[in-house]
Amino acid sequence: MKNLLTSSIAMFVILLGFTSCNNGNKSGSKSGALASNIAEKVYVAPGEYDSHYAFLSGGYSGNVTVYGLPSGRMFKEIPVFSQFPTSGYGYSEETKPMLNTSHGFIPWGDAHHPDISQSKGELDGRWLFINENNTPRIARLSLTTFETEEIIEVPNSAGNHSSSFVTENTEYVVAGTRFSVPIPQRDMPIKDYKGNFQGALSFISVAPETGNMDIKFQVLMPGFNYDLSHPGRGKSHGWFFFTTYNTEEANTLLEVNASQNDKDFIAAINWKKIEEYVNNGGGTMMPANYAHNVYDEHTHTATSTMKKEVRVVNPIEVPGAVYFIPTPKSPHGCDVDPSGEYIVGNGKLSANLTVHSFTKMLDAIENKKFAGEAYGIPILNFEDVLAGVVEQPGLGPLHTEFDGKGNAYTTFFISSEVVKWKLGTWEVVDRKPTYYSVGHLTIPGGNSGKPQGKYMFAMNKITKDRYLPTGPEMEHSAQLYDISGDKMELLLDFPTHGEPHYAAAMEAGIIKAQSQKIYKLADNKHPYAAKSDADTKVVRDGKNVHIYLTTIRSHFSPDNIEGIKVGDKVYFHVTNLEQDFDVPHGFAVIGQNNSELLVMPGQTKTSVWEPKQVGVWPFYCTDFCSALHQEMQGYIRVSAANSDTPIKWSLGEDIE
Amino acid sequence: MKKASIIMIIGSLLLLGLFKFPLWNIMLGAPQYPDPLGMNIYIDGIKGVSEFDLQNIDGLNHYIGMKTIPKADEMWEFSMFPKVIFGMAMLGVIIGLLGYFEKVSYKYFLGWFLFMSVLGILGMYDFNNWLVDYGGNLDPHAIIKVTNADGTPMSYKPPLIGFKKLLNFDVTSLPHTGGYLMFIGMSLTLVAFWLGRKTSLNKKT
Ligand SMILES: [Cu+2]
Repeated sequence: MKNLLTSSIAMFVILLGFTSCNNGNKSGSKSGALASNIAEKVYVAPGEYDSHYAFLSGGYSGNVTVYGLPSGRMFKEIPVFSQFPTSGYGYSEETKPMLNTSHGFIPWGDAHHPDISQSKGELDGRWLFINENNTPRIARLSLTTFETEEIIEVPNSAGNHSSSFVTENTEYVVAGTRFSVPIPQRDMPIKDYKGNFQGALSFISVAPETGNMDIKFQVLMPGFNYDLSHPGRGKSHGWFFFTTYNTEEANTLLEVNASQNDKDFIAAINWKKIEEYVNNGGGTMMPANYAHNVYDEHTHTATSTMKKEVRVVNPIEVPGAVYFIPTPKSPHGCDVDPSGEYIVGNGKLSANLTVHSFTKMLDAIENKKFAGEAYGIPILNFEDVLAGVVEQPGLGPLHTEFDGKGNAYTTFFISSEVVKWKLGTWEVVDRKPTYYSVGHLTIPGGNSGKPQGKYMFAMNKITKDRYLPTGPEMEHSAQLYDISGDKMELLLDFPTHGEPHYAAAMEAGIIKAQSQKIYKLADNKHPYAAKSDADTKVVRDGKNVHIYLTTIRSHFSPDNIEGIKVGDKVYFHVTNLEQDFDVPHGFAVIGQNNSELLVMPGQTKTSVWEPKQVGVWPFYCTDFCSALHQEMQGYIRVSAANSDTPIKWSLGEDIE
Repeated sequence: MKKASIIMIIGSLLLLGLFKFPLWNIMLGAPQYPDPLGMNIYIDGIKGVSEFDLQNIDGLNHYIGMKTIPKADEMWEFSMFPKVIFGMAMLGVIIGLLGYFEKVSYKYFLGWFLFMSVLGILGMYDFNNWLVDYGGNLDPHAIIKVTNADGTPMSYKPPLIGFKKLLNFDVTSLPHTGGYLMFIGMSLTLVAFWLGRKTSLNKKT
């Protein structure tokens, strides 16, 4: 009995030892027990859903990818600025107009900064905006259909980088030029840049119901580089802030020549004041040429309209509308905290982080405390506006996001880390490495008045050894951190597609509930739709032949077509009659010079086929739609150009 | 007797719920249909539980050669049932009123119940006949032909009531709100009969 008691006590002591050992591990860094604990935090069981949507820019892929958090799983790639043969976007007759510009059809884009629409400073999940950097454009995506609905080209702009950020109620989506250019464009010596080039900051109004975009005005600023921007919010709603670099106005070897000034500027724009000026007839209409492309969900067709003028505003003609805040060393990110008080200038060549105060800025403006002016625009004193400095937090600060709990998180490209610091006291409270050389970071709702913190993810520029090697070219890496505690906790490492510059993320609720399952056939207003087998037909119009084709599990109607001739231009108008969730049909025909079509239930898409050889050619469904998918095929007979084979079509019987 | 008559009237009126709510419901779930397809059977026709369910059930059933789900005007039942239900509800109300004013005896309540039960059984018999035909009268050119072990064609008849596995589909067939209201209403008429009988026996002693 005594023995039993002793051994029990011994057992108890050992157990106690294990427990305290575990406790010790929790504050440690890399134990096995902790690792499994972390695995649980990102584990989304089969059939369960992630708690957040994340929309990542694809960078040079030109598109947007949709991810789930915390699992880091990719759900979809949404084509925006680049042709996408998977669905036929940019190849089908309906979507080719989406990629039209004043430079003609452009098959590719460089997508940068997605931003979700807001109401009253909170994410409302209606639309996603994203900018194209190379041939300046702004796109609007529906977060109901997850399709690109509208693309507007931005004239007088070049390197559309300080874009596409929305104001607190999505009054505007803003697009600033990175490269200044002659406005209007003209033939002139490059060396005459200084004083002659200008930078356009475009305020694109967003219609509250439809989301339709229209350039309300462009502010023509001095010829600096406008790098990034963010809206004021809360108390600073009505203002917009842009970082600048190359205030030296160098036109060659910028890595040296644009890094000479000790300070560049953050441009503070009172857009409400300029809006009022414009509403009272201010500004001038300037001849321009830019494309406005709109996709109609009911005709399933995009139209491209060339707009011929744009309203421009000279900032010095609107007193009190524009100021420059000196900010050290070529600032990159320009980030505004959820309260709207603090404007963080991430001086990428500076060792310190500069934080400006909106209240102090207003005060300095009111007391006319100016240090001078640049091209007639008042420059405020650095010290007058300064809220505080985060001393030596890391090397190469790029971007800052906020958790809504008084903390800011800044990425450091050179020292490859995320640093957490406190607003107001400016003290660094935590730092975690990233793998490697982080660019942007995202906190769900991080660019709004109400961050939905818990997660933060860092999007890196360098991958190296993070995954199984795939040759010289690799996808970029991202890391997900839990930011709900005092210290950041690295949870997950996941590859991303293209080069994500920025991402917008939000809690899944609103978007999940509104995500559309099918397009209603009854609402299909496509002029070439065949809404039942009775509507199918083949119509010759000179050299053009229009085939009204339907798909339903598991056949095309018609599936035997004759009377096509070499030299014809054959339009396959494919309507998917299905009204069942997730039953697309595909369409491919031999020798198609564009791409397949992937047609969603209730949708119509058109592929043009120009047969060059006589023969009987098959077409088939590319999507494994049903058990009889392999039977979903047809033949089209192509006769010689001078033949007199009549146009005929059939389904289920022979053509006589 | 007044109380019994009121219960009789309420019980009969509950039948009218069938004009608003489905009598019966059949749900079809499958691995690729995590949100099951479903049909609600009303006394005047069949509707999908979700907007395109009927079309999608028909689309799937064409593989195994089943006929499409009948439209309201393709079955005489859908014009006859509303008349019968309305008639029986009115008859029950009239019997209840007459009972209330002591013009008829409580035995009429039982009479109504028995009559309604006979009609109900006939209705179920007819419904089952349709299910047998719907599930078994298959197109000989069906794309997929499944046979029983003895070589006879498999029937896809959904269960009259309860659960059944049909190929990849889990089929559940149960009464719906209208049906339950009818059962409650009929039970109430039995209660009315029992109460009426009790009060009448009390009076006699
Ligand atoms: Cu198919």
